[in-house]
Amino acid sequence: MSVELGHYLAVSGIVFGIGVAVALSKRNAIAVLMGVELMLNAVNLTLLSFSRFSTAFGPDDEPLTGHVFVVFVLTVAAAEAAVALAMAVLVYRRRETVDLDRINLLRW
Amino acid sequence: MSATEHLHHIGPALVLLIGSGVVFSADLVTPRRASLWGLTLVALVGGFLYALWHATSGTSGEALSGAVVVDEFGLFFAFVIIIATFAVVVASRDWADGREQAAEFYALILVSAGSMVLLAQSNDLITIFVALETTSIAQFVLAGIARDNRGAEASLKYLLTGAVSAAILLYGFAFLFGIAGTTSLAGIADFVGTADEGTRLPLMLGFVLVAAGFGFKMALVPFHGWVPDVYQGAPTPVVSFLSVASKAAGFAIVLRVFYTGLGGGGTFISDDWAVMFGVLAAASMVFGNAGALLQTDVKRLLGYSSIAQAGNIGIGLAAVAAGSTIGPAGVLFFIGTYVATNLGAFIAVIAASQRLGSDEIADYAGLIRRSPLIAVILIVCLLSLTGIPPTAGFIAKLYIFNGAIQAGETWLVGLVAVGVVNTGVSAYYYLRWMRTIVMDEPLEAWTFRPAVATQGVMMAAGLAVLVIGLMPTPLISAAQRAAAVLQ
Repeated sequence: MSVELGHYLAVSGIVFGIGVAVALSKRNAIAVLMGVELMLNAVNLTLLSFSRFSTAFGPDDEPLTGHVFVVFVLTVAAAEAAVALAMAVLVYRRRETVDLDRINLLRW
Repeated sequence: MSATEHLHHIGPALVLLIGSGVVFSADLVTPRRASLWGLTLVALVGGFLYALWHATSGTSGEALSGAVVVDEFGLFFAFVIIIATFAVVVASRDWADGREQAAEFYALILVSAGSMVLLAQSNDLITIFVALETTSIAQFVLAGIARDNRGAEASLKYLLTGAVSAAILLYGFAFLFGIAGTTSLAGIADFVGTADEGTRLPLMLGFVLVAAGFGFKMALVPFHGWVPDVYQGAPTPVVSFLSVASKAAGFAIVLRVFYTGLGGGGTFISDDWAVMFGVLAAASMVFGNAGALLQTDVKRLLGYSSIAQAGNIGIGLAAVAAGSTIGPAGVLFFIGTYVATNLGAFIAVIAASQRLGSDEIADYAGLIRRSPLIAVILIVCLLSLTGIPPTAGFIAKLYIFNGAIQAGETWLVGLVAVGVVNTGVSAYYYLRWMRTIVMDEPLEAWTFRPAVATQGVMMAAGLAVLVIGLMPTPLISAAQRAAAVLQ
């Protein structure tokens, strides 16, 4: 049995699902960020496997587009993580917690 | 095309981004001496003039290998975004100057506005993603820039929701790319135009994910969770920027992706996305208005009101998908009037809360005797948000509803009925706030007036609301010209 597009999509779908579950269920801000990173990496895997396998590409298409996209995703994810961690530190300094259930000045 | 010509095509955005660098460096070189406020305004005027140059010199077409396109649609939003940012910056002077983070505030506003202008003219999934994230990340920082407890909390919540929705959006992009084999919107449109039923399911999956990601930017239910918290917790100038410029850019890119990329009325998936936006619109109006009924904090109230207003625009999006010919122009016109209205309301709130030291509706009691100008502008804008003639909001709602009815679908007429009922509900909380301003006894006797520049932009916004309401034709024809590009 050879490994094909479907296998890669299945793996990335599962990883994405785990990421969503982590991001939605964890109450710790840092853990939510870890979930987001999983989601983004699943996206990268999807992009790369489509880029490698997809039948939609004709002879004139640039299959490299997917690879380029991944580089952009990685860069943006790094920027986002940097800001997110800075904000988590700011909140921690003020409130001594990054538990989202206890960060609750703003509600209703 | 030479390198200069490529850069010329993204000129307005470049001017704003370079301006941001200049503001930052000016503060580094001459700490607390340079007028960062003035520099920011110069950059915005520069961006405006560059966009005007594009419009008058007939610059158009794709550049940077089709990553961006200069057209009437992009220019319409460039003007809206730059004017809105200008007004916000003018009104923020009292708040920002004298703060330690003044340079960061101005620089980040410029980065965010520049990327929004780029977003409105981007024509490729990669450009869209990068521009969208650049504006978002700048806004995450802006929300927490005051470094107080509430701002930090708002910023963290905004960021976490934003990061999750960006990842969902990207997953959708990955599917669109995988199915169509290209990231260019035109290429995707070609693919959708010739695709058969077999690709319907993966395409649906792709565009549901994309809509979920954009729903966050547009603040449509069920992706609205961050709105009330961020509106209440973030500094008011930042919120006013989010509520007008960011929202306009969000709807701009949704129109571009769904209309150009996935095909407006007439492709085999357009019915699906009409229904999807219809459901989101109805939910947004109902939840937004229901949430607003109970609020005592003006910023939180405006937050819920902005969710309901996004629902109104959602009716327009559904009409566009159902094939209404006046739908796209209706959406653009609504966004234009909404920006003017919300700017007026928010600048009035900035000016009032600076002096009142509070955001409680109860503290606005008798505002009309304490600061007549602020009160009058606020009342005009609230009337417009409700949709009462002769204000711009009335014409805008009429136009959107008309577009939905013209599409000729029974369920769209039902959606309009939901919209009309919700207008009635929203009148309750807008009028309640107005009654407090006019009828109630002031808590304190001293009067106040905002800074001259703030008065200027406030009056400009209030006048715009009235003038568009009485003479809507110029803005309508501008919206029609911009919408014609998408067809």
